[in-house]
Amino acid sequence: MLGRLTIDALPFYSWVAMGGAGVTVGGGIVVFLLITYLRAWKVLWTDWLTSVDHKKIGIMYVVLALVMLVRGFVDAIMMRAQQAVSLNSEGYLPPEHFEQIFSSHGTIMIFFVAMPFLTGLINIIVPQQIGARDVAFPFLNSVSLWMTAAGAGLVLVSLVVGKFSQAGWTGYPPYSGIEYSPGVGVDYWLWALIVSGVGSTLSGINFIVTIVKNRCPGMTFMRMPMFTWTTLCISILIAFAFPALTVVAAQLTLDRTLGFHFFTNGDGGNMMMYANLLWIWGHPEVYILILPAFGIFSEVVATFSRKRLFGYTSLVYATACIAILSFTVWLHHFFTMGSSANVNAVFGIATMIIAVPTGVKIFDWLFTMYKGRIEFHPSMVFTIGFMVTFVIGGVTGVLLALPPADYLMHNSTFLVAHFHNMLIPGALFGYFAGLNYWFPKAFGFKLDAKWGIRSFWFWIIGFYLAFMPLYVLGFMGMSRRMEHYADPNWQPYLIVAALGAVCVLIGIACIAIQLWVSARQWGSSRDITGDPWNGRTLEWATSSPPAPYNFAVLPVVNGLDAFHEMKILGEAYQPQQYEDIVMPKNTWIGPVLGGLAFVLGFAFVWYIWWLVALSFVLSLICVGIRASDDNSEYVLPAAEVAKIERERLAQITPADLHDMRDFAPRGAASGAPLPGTV
Amino acid sequence: MSDATILEEEEKVSLEAREFGFWIYLMTDAIIFALLFATYVVLSRNFASGPSSKELFDLGHTAGETALLLISSLTFGFASIAQRAGHKMREVQWLIVTLLLGLGFLAMELIEFQGMIAAGAGPEVSGFSSAFFTLVGTHGLHVAFGCLGIIVMIGQILVKGLTQPVRSRVFRLGLFWHFLDIVWIGIFSVVYLPGVM
Repeated sequence: MLGRLTIDALPFYSWVAMGGAGVTVGGGIVVFLLITYLRAWKVLWTDWLTSVDHKKIGIMYVVLALVMLVRGFVDAIMMRAQQAVSLNSEGYLPPEHFEQIFSSHGTIMIFFVAMPFLTGLINIIVPQQIGARDVAFPFLNSVSLWMTAAGAGLVLVSLVVGKFSQAGWTGYPPYSGIEYSPGVGVDYWLWALIVSGVGSTLSGINFIVTIVKNRCPGMTFMRMPMFTWTTLCISILIAFAFPALTVVAAQLTLDRTLGFHFFTNGDGGNMMMYANLLWIWGHPEVYILILPAFGIFSEVVATFSRKRLFGYTSLVYATACIAILSFTVWLHHFFTMGSSANVNAVFGIATMIIAVPTGVKIFDWLFTMYKGRIEFHPSMVFTIGFMVTFVIGGVTGVLLALPPADYLMHNSTFLVAHFHNMLIPGALFGYFAGLNYWFPKAFGFKLDAKWGIRSFWFWIIGFYLAFMPLYVLGFMGMSRRMEHYADPNWQPYLIVAALGAVCVLIGIACIAIQLWVSARQWGSSRDITGDPWNGRTLEWATSSPPAPYNFAVLPVVNGLDAFHEMKILGEAYQPQQYEDIVMPKNTWIGPVLGGLAFVLGFAFVWYIWWLVALSFVLSLICVGIRASDDNSEYVLPAAEVAKIERERLAQITPADLHDMRDFAPRGAASGAPLPGTV
Repeated sequence: MSDATILEEEEKVSLEAREFGFWIYLMTDAIIFALLFATYVVLSRNFASGPSSKELFDLGHTAGETALLLISSLTFGFASIAQRAGHKMREVQWLIVTLLLGLGFLAMELIEFQGMIAAGAGPEVSGFSSAFFTLVGTHGLHVAFGCLGIIVMIGQILVKGLTQPVRSRVFRLGLFWHFLDIVWIGIFSVVYLPGVM
């Protein structure tokens, strides 16, 4: 009846695991009670969970990412604490628990922090940047969100019922095969990946179509803001790369569940094929995480330097080059596999070549700042911190790209330091910059800058403290994922790294305080105009938070930095002739499909076959209902639109507007006759 | 403009987007198949203790499957032509023929699978058989979903008539069906032909 699910699945094997389960369950209960106390279930369901509004979906993605960030960080600080004390001792974590922690840390940070964070920001901003009223497929968007949430739910549940994978976030066979990992851990990991991976694929398709089809009049490809460009590139990467993850995860599942021989030791399996297939997804994935952050940095650096982005065209081409090259380097993750020297050399050189377009970008941002009037807003500070720190990671990456050097550093903490050096400044700092930059757009009030700056300093100092020692330790021969060690020379470095983790903890606390403080004083930091930073791109033309339809009248664009031009010409904030607007209706099918995907995954993990069949059939029925529904939209009448817009414009006083005189073209560019020529 | 006309206009735009999106979905599906093909090629000679592909494959049977699937693509084409001409019932008839051919293909495939399992070459026997069952089975699963789609669309045509959304759905289903044909040609030339040589 319940497959292999028995009472033994509960985590009574260690007090640490029980504590984790307790916190997870307790957190769930607290949230449940809080919502009940606030009588918010109905509002939550009708206004949020069933919503197909891309702004709300984006906000829910970011909330998911922030919650999972805390969970993933708890894993991180537990590992740092363990290694700081486990010289010649067991520390406080038994090996099988330590293995779960590093596996879940990587899985959570990549799939359930970085992916939802970037998808959320894209959701909130990209349709507005291209002057669109919605994404191409609002319902599919909701399905994507709930698939991702279902995957995250599986990871969270594994803390309470059963164990998580002990095979690392990459789950290499044969260790992740049924022979060496007979428990449910790897299955949890696989189903979390499959379910959320399908969600990501759908997101990718959605944003390709949105950006190609939904741009407003005049918005040619070379007039799209950089963040939109990076989104287009990563959406294409997602559509090409995520199917590989689905395939490799499905094959490992077949190996484990039905005794297939894709990656087994004997009977004609080939385990190195797993490494190839995983990294055919995995390397593009790195750029899927980083490129949107590059887009955010581009927006932030232009806005807060008060200058047009330097080298827009080169940035677009650099982004496209990186996207294409990202498919040509996957083998550098396993130079030690034993391919021939020539194969390794090809992939090593391809890897080094990627540094070239990345360097182009760094210079473009630096030149944008050059002679700009730089404003040290938290998002700008994160951007500068990124530029300084990311370059170090780039240099160590080029070092690792040399196959002979890689043979020495493969799977050492040098590698751990390298990829954290790419992903923390390169991705996470970008998302934080985006959070600080676009928060007023999503919620209508600004985030407190003081706490933003504090969070930055704790994050960056914590980062250096935590990961620079790991570079050194890598050279000293420490391999990654060690539960305990015997070399006393390592311990001082590991203690410093643990201090770094504490510093990052304070950084996370600062973000929490920042959100709390800003929410409390929201009335004094409201964003009346919808354009708090004197922005340049179209997302600042809408109100904050935007009306459900974003743009009452679709804007017409004549160049890059469209909204900046409108403000100079005085075309912004003018009442216009309004029209009826077609809006998508909310639907329960998205969250229900997500719930069914969660049940399906859970049932598969525990071999509860009847439940697998049931949830699958119910999903099919849901899809069938939706596929036959021709009545999924409604019309918002022009009078209603006019009312919303009038109320908005009435609030804006001339004092709220930015002084654009400084930006107005002068001299020959203004078209006015030059002095002395008349 | 009345609400109905606005909705209709919006629908046209959104159907266009769906058709474009469906092409991209097919591309992601093509990548899934590409990787399954790659896996198969890597493992195609790893017979371990099981029988080899030469002993297992029967080109005659495969030819039968191929014929059924290729002809079903043709009949789906006739259904599309009927749709364009606005002949509702003729379209339904051609869809039924397509459905029967698809079901026939599935039946032949299942017979083949059963035969292989009986011959001691089930998917758990060797790297080759795992890769074979996964690749060909995934294609078969797609055909099964296509058949389900045809049944749903026959229902929609009969209930709703040839409305704009129904036409668009049949068009997309057609893309899917023809795509499966192309994949099968790949399977025929990568799996069966080299398998018996």
